[in-house]
Amino acid sequence: MSLLEVDALDVHYGAIHALHKVSLAVEEGEIVTLIGSNGAGKSTTLRALSGMVQSSGGTIVYGGRSIVGLRSDEIVRLGLAHAPEGRGIFGSLTVRENLELGAFSRRDGKVRSDLERMFERFPILQERAQQSAGTLSGGEQQMLAVARALMARPKLLLLDEPSLGLAPKIVQKIFAIVAEINRDGVTILLVEQNAHLALSVAHRAYVLETGEVKMAGSASELAASDEVRKAYLGVG
Amino acid sequence: MTEFLQFLLKGISVGSLYALLALGYTMVYGILQFINFAHSDVFMLGAFFSWRLATWFKLIDPSPLVATSLLLAAMALCALTGFLIELLAYRPLRRAPRLNVLITAIGVSLFLENSGQLVFGKDPRSYPQLLAEHTFSVGGVNVRSVEVIAVVTALALMVALHTLVYRTKIGRAMRAVSIDHKVAGLMGIPVSRVISFTFVVGSALAAAAGVLVGITYGQIKQPADSSWVLYGLKAFVAAVIGGIGSVPGAMLGGLLIGLCEQFVGGYISTQLRDAIIFALLIVVLLVKPSGLLGRRAIEKI
Repeated sequence: MSLLEVDALDVHYGAIHALHKVSLAVEEGEIVTLIGSNGAGKSTTLRALSGMVQSSGGTIVYGGRSIVGLRSDEIVRLGLAHAPEGRGIFGSLTVRENLELGAFSRRDGKVRSDLERMFERFPILQERAQQSAGTLSGGEQQMLAVARALMARPKLLLLDEPSLGLAPKIVQKIFAIVAEINRDGVTILLVEQNAHLALSVAHRAYVLETGEVKMAGSASELAASDEVRKAYLGVG
Repeated sequence: MTEFLQFLLKGISVGSLYALLALGYTMVYGILQFINFAHSDVFMLGAFFSWRLATWFKLIDPSPLVATSLLLAAMALCALTGFLIELLAYRPLRRAPRLNVLITAIGVSLFLENSGQLVFGKDPRSYPQLLAEHTFSVGGVNVRSVEVIAVVTALALMVALHTLVYRTKIGRAMRAVSIDHKVAGLMGIPVSRVISFTFVVGSALAAAAGVLVGITYGQIKQPADSSWVLYGLKAFVAAVIGGIGSVPGAMLGGLLIGLCEQFVGGYISTQLRDAIIFALLIVVLLVKPSGLLGRRAIEKI
């Protein structure tokens, strides 16, 4: 059974039908990416999975149980963390406080050692630990968003547009970290506008268009398909 | 000089009460972005709960133990009241427009005032003397020991609150919720429970202010008296001047309003006192709309 199975998911924002019967699956250990243009419903899909928006139809089964209707804080506790669009950094709190909040629901005694591990992986965050998170650069904030989500010790990490607004060099770095996290055993569902980059790191991909899944397949298949190359990779 | 000192001390005394009340306004505003008009009624209830308990149990001998127990009892009762107000009146409106919540708050306020009259009567009450009264002289100014104790108690509560908000896990959660409910939820924070907790804490502080008013002045106005609301309004002004949503801002604002009130009343005019305070509010809002210690929006893309 897949770690995450989404079937015929519908989301409405008022009168706007944002997702039409979206179905997808994520297997344990994979990096799966959702690509598509602005407004295709990528972020909405992640928001529905983490309980930030309520779905109006369909099922979401995570780890063998339905999580439709659960609150965000209940979903995190099941091991599904979400680094949201726009990073959602608490700017007036310090970097360390942001990280500690990522582990809010954990009751085990290993939060402190995990914090040390994050500081090893992201040395810049250790340097800035006592600074307000709002003073970090965009790239540093993105690292903080990822590190904070990892503090929940997730089995599945939802990552929304980690490349947004960042310089290419920093984007490379963040994607290297994404691959590294995945090798450590975290399953990742990645939303990305930069399809080229997303397909280079992912195992499988779904193409979303106006709230519907248009194509699905392995990352290499999709990267080679004419349609994807034309529409999303700027080739042809 | 003596006059100056007298206004200064009185200003600190009144100001620390405004500060305690202002904290409740600012915390609720910070977390839900609406003005809890019922807050001044919780303050009134704090005074009346303690008065009722004291008269029931015939606590007529002044003693620090009795005073402390009554303070804690009133804080607990008002904390419960605040919890129920949030649960029954505000929580069902979590997704409603803010104006609806604001109107509800006015409704809750009227409900509490009238229930207060029903339960505690429509007359002002003399408040039992809970603490032995001494007067001593500081630079030619007579200072009452109860006023000193009230100020010290208020300051201790503010230090406790500051520690709670800035040094504990639940405080971190409160600050996170005040920045973004949805993202706070993603952290695993039970947002509704944090909001309840905020009402509980704010109401307990309001209760403490109510008890301190009784102890300091020896009498309390009837439950629907406009002076309770005026107290609340000034505390709200204090919260805005300090920077609404900011905990240190509310404390600073409260003290400033207290001092300003005494100095303006003493040197300029008692009649114009409140007008000048509200004019001050307008000036602060014109010059620094986010208040003295208000949150500056730091955002980077």
